Amino acid sequence: MQEIDLAQCTLREANSQLQSEDATGAWAIRNPRGRHALAVGLTAPIDVLIDGQAGYYAGGMNQRATITIEGNAGPGVAENMMSGRTHVRGNASMAAGATGHGGLLVIDGDAGARCGISMKGIDIVVRGSVGHMSAFMAQSGTLVVCGDAGEALGDSLYEAKIFVRGEVRSLGADCEEKDMTAQDTVLLQSLLDSAGITGYPAGSFRLYGSARRLYHFHVDNAAAY
Amino acid sequence: MCGIVGLFLKNPALQPELGRLTSQMLKVMTERGPDSAGFAVYGGARHGQTKITVRDLAPAHGAAFERGLADIAGPDMTVAFRDDHMVITVPSEHEKAARRFISSFGHGVAFVSSGDSIELYKGVGLPEAVATRFDLAGMSGTHAIGHTRMATESAVTTAGAHPFSTGPDQCLVHNGSLSNHNTLRRQLVREGLEFATENDSEVAAGYLSWRLSRGERLDEALTAALADLDGFYTFVVGTRDGFAVLRDPVACKPAVIAETDDYVAFASEYRAFARLPGIETATVFEPEPQRVYHWEHAA
Amino acid sequence: MTDNTRKIPRTKPRFSATFDPFTISEIQRAAATGIYDIRGAGTKRKLPHFDDLLFLGASMSRYPLEGYRERCDTDVVLGTRFASKPIRLKTPVTIAGMSFGALSAQAKEALGRGASAVGTSTTTGDGGMTPEERGHSTTLVYQYLPSRYGMNPDDLRRADAIEVVVGQGAKPGGGGMLLGQKISERVAKMRDLPEGIDQRSACRHPDWTGPDDLEIKIEELREITAWEKPIYIKIGASRPYYDVSLAVKAGADVVVLDGMQGGTAATQEVFIEHVGLPILAAIRPAVQALQDLGMHRKVQLIVSGGIRSGADMAKALALGADAVAIGTAALIALGDQSPDLAEEYAKLGTVPGAYDDWQDGRDPAGITTQDPELAARLDPILGGRRIANYLSVMTMEAQAIARACGKSHLHNLEPEDLVALTMEAAAMTRIPLAGTEWYPGRQGF
Repeated sequence: MQEIDLAQCTLREANSQLQSEDATGAWAIRNPRGRHALAVGLTAPIDVLIDGQAGYYAGGMNQRATITIEGNAGPGVAENMMSGRTHVRGNASMAAGATGHGGLLVIDGDAGARCGISMKGIDIVVRGSVGHMSAFMAQSGTLVVCGDAGEALGDSLYEAKIFVRGEVRSLGADCEEKDMTAQDTVLLQSLLDSAGITGYPAGSFRLYGSARRLYHFHVDNAAAY
Repeated sequence: MCGIVGLFLKNPALQPELGRLTSQMLKVMTERGPDSAGFAVYGGARHGQTKITVRDLAPAHGAAFERGLADIAGPDMTVAFRDDHMVITVPSEHEKAARRFISSFGHGVAFVSSGDSIELYKGVGLPEAVATRFDLAGMSGTHAIGHTRMATESAVTTAGAHPFSTGPDQCLVHNGSLSNHNTLRRQLVREGLEFATENDSEVAAGYLSWRLSRGERLDEALTAALADLDGFYTFVVGTRDGFAVLRDPVACKPAVIAETDDYVAFASEYRAFARLPGIETATVFEPEPQRVYHWEHAA
Repeated sequence: MTDNTRKIPRTKPRFSATFDPFTISEIQRAAATGIYDIRGAGTKRKLPHFDDLLFLGASMSRYPLEGYRERCDTDVVLGTRFASKPIRLKTPVTIAGMSFGALSAQAKEALGRGASAVGTSTTTGDGGMTPEERGHSTTLVYQYLPSRYGMNPDDLRRADAIEVVVGQGAKPGGGGMLLGQKISERVAKMRDLPEGIDQRSACRHPDWTGPDDLEIKIEELREITAWEKPIYIKIGASRPYYDVSLAVKAGADVVVLDGMQGGTAATQEVFIEHVGLPILAAIRPAVQALQDLGMHRKVQLIVSGGIRSGADMAKALALGADAVAIGTAALIALGDQSPDLAEEYAKLGTVPGAYDDWQDGRDPAGITTQDPELAARLDPILGGRRIANYLSVMTMEAQAIARACGKSHLHNLEPEDLVALTMEAAAMTRIPLAGTEWYPGRQGF
């Protein structure tokens, strides 16, 4: 394992090593101490362990790398991720996986407000619960929540899918419960498998999606805009 | 727009460390607020005594100022200097007279805070410089709240630095931006409150003090704030025995809490906690919007 | 006794100034449809503008430079504060951010060709970067918007500068909107949206709010692009003194300040006409903020919103801007509002000069549309030449003025080279009223 000690080097030095086109193999970032913008903009299929707590935007815009955050992650973890995998062992703050276009984000703990906001193809699996306004304006991809969801889940939703096992405090505008098809079950099960989550049968989840009432402006829906 | 830190000690053995730990946390929040900084430290309450913090007394008038106060407060008065701030301890029955004397004295002196246990220091400049100037690291106490400020619409001055103290042993720090503070300030002025700055956060502090002065509990006042204050905010409020946290319904401004058997710590960002003892095993969570969190020492 | 032989004079029909015909038609429209009016372009009301300022040419006390012979340089460097690769432009007029989606691919290509020909930059918009515009723009600024449509790190690294959009002059505080008619298959794919729906976009960024968090976002963007690229922050003019100060504190290399005359692809009419500041009123407070922070000319200021000519550009520079940006004017140069299209505009219920249904996607000029047949009407090579011509004229006009004021570089224009024609302009710009040494607010008045 190649080691980077943030007690000994700058953030720029750390990131430029990880961003190098020649980077290969496994890396560990020691002493992250909640620093921001750790392991952002990676393009090589490397494994990166952030050995502690990460600040804002850890793993931001990731392409192909596998990033594991041993502790909690700050706001915007894996924001705009394109591909690859980000795994938060602790809790994630606000806007986890915001605007992500692809890849898989797994959060072992809880995620804060606006988890999966504006997501555009990323898959997010949260073992715990998510905060209010999660999947706000989510466009595509899948959000799986094994715990509970906060207020206004899926507000102004486009074509993303949301699976929740626990309670949903309230649904946002234009979000409604859907019948789960066999295809949905397969999708959910494959995401749970990818996230390494066992013991929660797909049948114990509910599916939420867009009612598509806001897709074309209509005066009867004016209050929802 | 700012950085907030707070530390509430459950374990009295840590009290001599309060200032040192708070100072470390404050310094980490420099990028969030490079314009000015301030902190309130609670501790050392003595029965029947009130502490009054003032600042910016012109040195040439120091002797006259002390003489005048001694005439009011008698021989039990003590004065402690920290850079351009001074903490005056007077018997509580003389507090009102002492406050009147201070407000009419002139020569630059400005009232900062008063109460049984609060001392409050603030200044323009980088947080580390402000903390060093007042020797925050050497202070002890039961709890402390600090703030680093990136000024939005009001001036970068010492008066505009947080925390704001508008009632006995009360202080408030704010990260965010209120959108109806001008109207609220006018209403509170009609109720008899006075404001020293154009700062939105001072209005929030004044609002809470006004509610508390009418006999409401802190949690009641904060719940009422949800209806009356518009905009974005994470507030941390200090009281004689503890502190409270409140976030607006949208909850965009960051907030994180770490709790161990020894302390409850609050900050805008986790990295402020990185050097706290036992942080590796602390329970770390983010306060939910619209919910009042409150920690208090048994009185 | 009544004199029946004389005709009784009757009062003429009289329109109300308050309930004028436009207002009446708007009330009738609202009552019939139940939805606010959405349109493109910028404000149409009369506002204090650069026309209210004049230059003082040289005469006896100052000496002019010889036109066409003596040098008057126009180059500008943007992003010198933190970026290791600042932007170098030959002329201080750039093309403002306009999206592929709002504009056709041909229009975007034409803008790129024209701007590149004269050595200036163009800017992407809400919806991502197309190969056409990257390919045809020597210098391309990549907008980073709340929606993050089409946002990807490869394009971020392909860009020459990054513009974090906080707001826009036509709608400070508002989000975006693109109606279904323009969400074609290609636009939908780039934005990860279903085809043909009315797209709403957010007014705040999804993962940060406020300057203290923006500072952290900028650190991330710089880390991803190796601290090479200038970071612009674009704001709609509303509280320019505070907003520019905070943009600088958050770490901007360049501030883009867009006045309320700035255009938009589609927004509520009420927003376009009733929110924001005219650019004339916004420049001095913005420059004051930079000066108070010791950052004037170190953090560059680009102003936009109703810039039409070399005179407007020269006046903006004299007030303290480092460059200007054009949007609506560039579309007109491409062919928007052309009298040749009068018949087609009539079919859409309008006339050349008043066409503002940019949201509808039925633009007969082929500019604000995704309809392949309409878009094919715009020849990107010809369009590029028209843009290049227009930008060259603007530059030459500004040089003509600068030489007359004795300046060998446009950046040496200064507020003292100007006078104001109206009290309003004098008050807003702190430029003395023509023939006096006074402006409202000066010397206690």
